[in-house]
Amino acid sequence: MELQKFQYDNKTVKWFAYATMFWGIVGMLAGLLAALQLCIPALNMDLPYTTFGRVRPIHTNAVIFAFVGNGIFMGVYYSLQRLLKARMFSDFLSKVHFFGWQFIIVLAAISLALGKTTGKEYAELEWPIDILITIVWVVFGWNMFGTIIRRRERHLYVAIWFYIATFVTIAMLHIVNSIEIPVSFWKSYSWYAGVQDALVQWWYGHNAVAFFLTTPYLGLMYYFLPKAANRPVYSYRLSIIHFWSLIFIYIWAGPHHLLYTSVPDWAQSLGVVFSIMLIAPSWGGMINGLLTLRGAWDKVREDVVLKFLVVAVTAYGMATFEGPMLSLKNVSAIAHYTDWIVAHVHVGALGWNGFMTFGILYWLIPRLFRVELFSKKLANMHFWIGTLGIVLYAVPMYWSGIMQSLMWKEFTPEGQLKWQFMDTVTKMIPFYATRAIGGSLYLIGAVMMVYNLIKTIKKGSFLANENAEAPALENTVISHGKEHWHRWIERKPVQMMIVSLVVVAIGGIIEFVPTFLVKSNIPTIASVKPYTPLELHGRDIYVREGCYTCHSQMIRPFRSETARYGEYSKAGEFVYDHPFQWGSKRTGPDLARVGGKYPDSWHYNHMLDPTSMSPGSIMPPYPWLFDDQIDVSLTVAKIRAMKRLGVPYPDGYENKAAKDMEQQAKIIAGNLEKDGIRILADREVIALIGYLQRMGTDIKNESKRDTLNK
Amino acid sequence: MKFINYLESMTGVGIYPLTSLMIFFIFFIGVMFFVIKGRKEYFDTLSQLPLTSKNDDVLILNTKDYDEATH
Repeated sequence: MELQKFQYDNKTVKWFAYATMFWGIVGMLAGLLAALQLCIPALNMDLPYTTFGRVRPIHTNAVIFAFVGNGIFMGVYYSLQRLLKARMFSDFLSKVHFFGWQFIIVLAAISLALGKTTGKEYAELEWPIDILITIVWVVFGWNMFGTIIRRRERHLYVAIWFYIATFVTIAMLHIVNSIEIPVSFWKSYSWYAGVQDALVQWWYGHNAVAFFLTTPYLGLMYYFLPKAANRPVYSYRLSIIHFWSLIFIYIWAGPHHLLYTSVPDWAQSLGVVFSIMLIAPSWGGMINGLLTLRGAWDKVREDVVLKFLVVAVTAYGMATFEGPMLSLKNVSAIAHYTDWIVAHVHVGALGWNGFMTFGILYWLIPRLFRVELFSKKLANMHFWIGTLGIVLYAVPMYWSGIMQSLMWKEFTPEGQLKWQFMDTVTKMIPFYATRAIGGSLYLIGAVMMVYNLIKTIKKGSFLANENAEAPALENTVISHGKEHWHRWIERKPVQMMIVSLVVVAIGGIIEFVPTFLVKSNIPTIASVKPYTPLELHGRDIYVREGCYTCHSQMIRPFRSETARYGEYSKAGEFVYDHPFQWGSKRTGPDLARVGGKYPDSWHYNHMLDPTSMSPGSIMPPYPWLFDDQIDVSLTVAKIRAMKRLGVPYPDGYENKAAKDMEQQAKIIAGNLEKDGIRILADREVIALIGYLQRMGTDIKNESKRDTLNK
Repeated sequence: MKFINYLESMTGVGIYPLTSLMIFFIFFIGVMFFVIKGRKEYFDTLSQLPLTSKNDDVLILNTKDYDEATH
C-alpha cells in the first residue's frame, strides 16, 4: 500500500500552549487577589473594577475558559492529528480558532471588569460575546470534524470520542443557557425566570464542569498518560463503558446544586440519584488511568510528567468521590453556601485540571522544540510546591467551611441562635489567609514552570511542520462477515456526534422540561408583583456589582435559617426574576428577606462604609454608587424587554415608568433626609436601596391579606 | 416571547420520558454486550493507537538526525 507523506501542524499547538501558560498566570493572579480581598478588604481598592464582586467572575472565567480552554485546544490539536494520522483540516480555521478564542478572552476580561454581566455563574458574559463564542466554537468543531473525515486511521481512539462529546454538549449547553433578551448592546435579561432559570443555569453550570473541565481532560488523559508512560491504557473495554456512562449520567446531575431550594422536590431527588451513580463511571476512569501505570510505578519516581499526571488523576478521583457525597441532601445541608464547596472545586481545578495541564506542557514543549527540558530539578520543585499549595489551599477551606456551617446552625439552650453572622465571618479570616498562602505557593510553582519552559524554548529549535507518513484510508470497507454496530458508529464520526448529542439532549430535556410542563411546579403567589422601575434598576446594579458572588437569596427550610433570615423561600416569589440571583455562597448573609429589615439610612451608610454599620465586615465599600446617576436612558427598553418576557406590566407602562421611578426615588431620598442624609434622588445608591428594601417583602403582604380575608 | 408551559398542550406527553428511558436501557445493554463479547485483538489494536506515531516517542535532540531519519 502506498504511503502518503504529510505534515503535522505544530504551530497552532505551540500558540495554544503559550496562551495556556499566559492565561494560567493571569487567572491565578486574579484568584489570589480575590482570596486576599477576603482577609484584607482594603485590597478592593474602592474601585468598581477591582471589587471582589467583579474580580471573582474574572478569576473563574479566566481559569475555566482561558487557562483550561486553551489547555484543551493545545492537547486536542496535538493528539487529534497524531491519532488520526492527518494534519488539521484547515490551517486557516486553526488560526481563526486561536485568535478568535483569545479575542473572546480579552473582551471577557474587559467587560467583566466594567460590570457587564448576565449574573449567571460561569455564564456571565453578555450576549455579543455569547454569539462570538458560538461562532468560534463552531469553527473548532468544523476543523475537528474536517480532520476526522480526512483521517488515515480507520478507528477513532477513545480520546476522540471525548473530544466529540465535549464539542457537541458544550454547544448545546451554551446556547440553551444563553438565551436572553438584549436590552442594549451590553445588557440583557435571561429568557427564563426564577426556578426555571435556576434549573437551566445549574444544568449548564454543572455540565460546564462535566464537559469543559472533565470530558476533554479525560480525552487528554487517555492520550497523554499512555504516551508519557509508553504503554497502552489499562483496559480499553473499561474506557468504552467509562465514556458512555459518564456522558449519559453527568447531564442529569445539575439539580444537586439546588438541594433544599425552591426547586421541585422530584427534580432534587433526580439530581441526587444521578449524582450518586456518577461515582461509578468517574472512578472507572480514574482506575483506568492509574492502572495504566501498573508495573511502571518506578517510572513515576523518575519522570516529573508522570508525577503531575498521577496526582492529577488522583485529584480527579478525590473530587469525583466528594461530588456524589456532597449531593446527598444531608451533606449538602451542611456544605452548601460554605467554603467547603470552594475547597471541592479547587481540588478539581488545581489538582485535576492544573496538574494535568502542567504535566502535558512539560511533556509537549520539549517535543515541539526538540530539546531536553531546561531543568528537571526545577520541574520537580514545581511539583512539590504545587502539591503543598493544593494542600494548604484545600485543608483550611474544608475545616473552616464545616466550622462556619456548624456555627450558623448552633442554638443556645434557650433556643436562640448562638452566633451573629459577623461572629462566624471573623472566625474565617485566619483560614482565608492560610488559603491565600496555599494559592500563592501554587502560583509560584506555575511561574517556575513558565520560566523553565521559556528557557527550554530558547534552547531548542521549533519544528513547525512535523513530517509523517501513513497509508491512505481505503474507501471500501472490507467486511469480515459479521460486523459490529459499534464499529459502524466508530467509522462514522457524524453518526457518533449525533448519538452523543441524543444521549446528552435527552438527559437535559428530561431534567428541566417537566418544570415547564407542570404548572404546579411553580405555585404562583398572588401578592408577588413585578419590580417597580426603580427596583428594576437597583436589581441591575446588584447584578452588575456581582453581589451574588457573596450573598444568597434563598432561605432553605431549616430552623437555623428561618430563625436567622425569616420565612423560607417559595418558588412563586421568583417568577419575575430574570435572571434568578439565588447565589451559591454565603460569604455574607442571605438577603432573600432583607427588605424592611433595616432603615434606608442603614443601607446608605452600609454601602458607603460597611464597617460603620457592621464592625468587622469584610464587604467592600461602593463609593461610586453615590456619584453615578441611574441610567434612565434604558428604562423604557428594560420595561419593554421584561414585558416581552411575560412580566405583566400594564400596557404602555414603559412610558409612565420614568415618572414612577422619580416618585419612588424621592420617597427614599426623603427617608434619608429625615435621618440627616442629603443625597440627590437620581443616584444609583437610591435605586439599590429601593431593590434591597423590596426583597422578600411581597409574601408579607400575602399573610396580611389572608388575615383580612378571615 | 413569554415562556409558557408548552408541553402542557401535548396529549400523551408522558410517553416521551418512558420512551427515552427504554432507549437508554437498551442502549446500555448493547454497550455492555459489545464490551463483553468484543474480541481481545480488536481492543488491543485500539489501545495501541496513541503509541503508533513514532515521531514523538523519543526526543529528537538533533535536527540533522531527525531530517535523516524521516527522509
